[in-house]
Amino acid sequence: MSQKTLEKLINKDGIRTDGRKLDELRPAKIEVGILSNADGSAYIEQGKNKILAAVYGPRDVHPRHLALPDRALLRCRYHMAPFSVEERKSPAPSRREMELSKVIREALDPSVFLEYYPRTSIDVFTEVLQADGGTRCASITAASLALADAGIPMRDLVVACAAGKVEGHLVLDLNDAEDKVGEADVPLAFMPNLNAVTLLQMDGMLTTDEFEKVVNLALNGCKQMYALQKETLKVKYVTVKEEETEE
Amino acid sequence: MTGSTVAPRLKQKQIAQLISLGKRLDGRGLTDYREIHVETGIIERAEGSARVLLGKTEVMVGIKIEVGEPFSDVPNEGVLTVNAELVPLASPTFEAGPPDENSIELARVVDRGIRESKAIDMGKLCLVPGKKVFVVFVDVYVLNHDGNLIDASAMASLAALLNTKLFNYELENGEVKIKPGYTQLPMRNRPIAVTFAKIKDKLIADPSLEEEQVMDARLTITMEKDGKICAIQKGESGYFTIEQILEAAKTAQEKTGELRKVVVKG
Repeated sequence: MSQKTLEKLINKDGIRTDGRKLDELRPAKIEVGILSNADGSAYIEQGKNKILAAVYGPRDVHPRHLALPDRALLRCRYHMAPFSVEERKSPAPSRREMELSKVIREALDPSVFLEYYPRTSIDVFTEVLQADGGTRCASITAASLALADAGIPMRDLVVACAAGKVEGHLVLDLNDAEDKVGEADVPLAFMPNLNAVTLLQMDGMLTTDEFEKVVNLALNGCKQMYALQKETLKVKYVTVKEEETEE
Repeated sequence: MTGSTVAPRLKQKQIAQLISLGKRLDGRGLTDYREIHVETGIIERAEGSARVLLGKTEVMVGIKIEVGEPFSDVPNEGVLTVNAELVPLASPTFEAGPPDENSIELARVVDRGIRESKAIDMGKLCLVPGKKVFVVFVDVYVLNHDGNLIDASAMASLAALLNTKLFNYELENGEVKIKPGYTQLPMRNRPIAVTFAKIKDKLIADPSLEEEQVMDARLTITMEKDGKICAIQKGESGYFTIEQILEAAKTAQEKTGELRKVVVKG
């Protein structure tokens, strides 16, 4: 586990260990509507990340006293499978997972017309099957698609991407090794049509100038992922429509 | 922490109206902090302690130091653990029980500021490499909740760490023996958190509880002594525009400097 990474993560031509340029995203693949029990679902692969998201609801709230009189209750669970990381992770929710569940909920919350469904709950579950850095962002990207797949009215899709600083370079979409060794990591979630940042975190050290550049880098990544999100929905629903016309 | 009740929503209009005029309910300017009092060394049993009053918000931090094992990936460094308790006597909305997501978030945001700014010289806390190190427990105790717990907790934690005394020790066949006398906990940086609330498209610093109850979103920026950003956390269900975030970073630069002077002088 704790091999000291002696080799550099970014070579003199600005190429990273996985062959990417500094401002390049990892290859990503998204599918929607892949779980039959869920009202909506999505699966994302981004680099070595493999994440499932499912949405149940709007449905009755359990326990009942949690129901809100004027809007739906949005609940989120971010969870990592024990086998998703190098050293087995206990399946009990860690403090990190509890914090991420909270910030992911708060990232999705402004996108959903919750006021349409008072006294119900909308439950979002994300399971990280394999982790390779940037799982909270990939989870948000997938969870937002799962909400759309569930047919829940939304103001915009939420898309997320991280950028940061590694070995003095500002880079987009850090993988696990880069995140561990790097100087800073800034995950950001965004609703492009509304110019709204719904999640922003940072750890590491950046000057305010660097921070501004990193935010712009992350926004660029978000825009690319947003195109992929929309394409995924189109592919899925154009196919469904064709099937129906055949009948 | 935003209890979904009717009263704050009725107040929201008033609060928002005042803010659009550059005013606040308690007469502060938009980026003014409430009065800050810092007291240190108040718990004799703890290796370090501090109490911070931020307006009516009151937070106590106690530092305990123990000998423990290092993490395998950093065998030569001490261990930092931050925990926060929202004790039931501090607010009608706090309940006894295991830490909920609010107290976990509070602890983790404070932790990130200390850890990422490398505030404690962890290399100096190693006793036997790979086997024995000092473990620094930072326990945040919220005693009265009147808004902006993050900034108050971060200030109290910094003040307590600066007040922390490390017991002297000697090594005997790899065993740690405590000797009389103390040295200061080695500190290298002084992180300060500044929290903004967004209310109807305006940003205000150091939100009071009333303001927190009607805010759309919250943004905390932690800066180290040279003005670099070392931690950020957006909270609550609203959003920020890019322009608002960059504006907040600029204001934070000023504010962290001011607050640091108050805390470090103690």
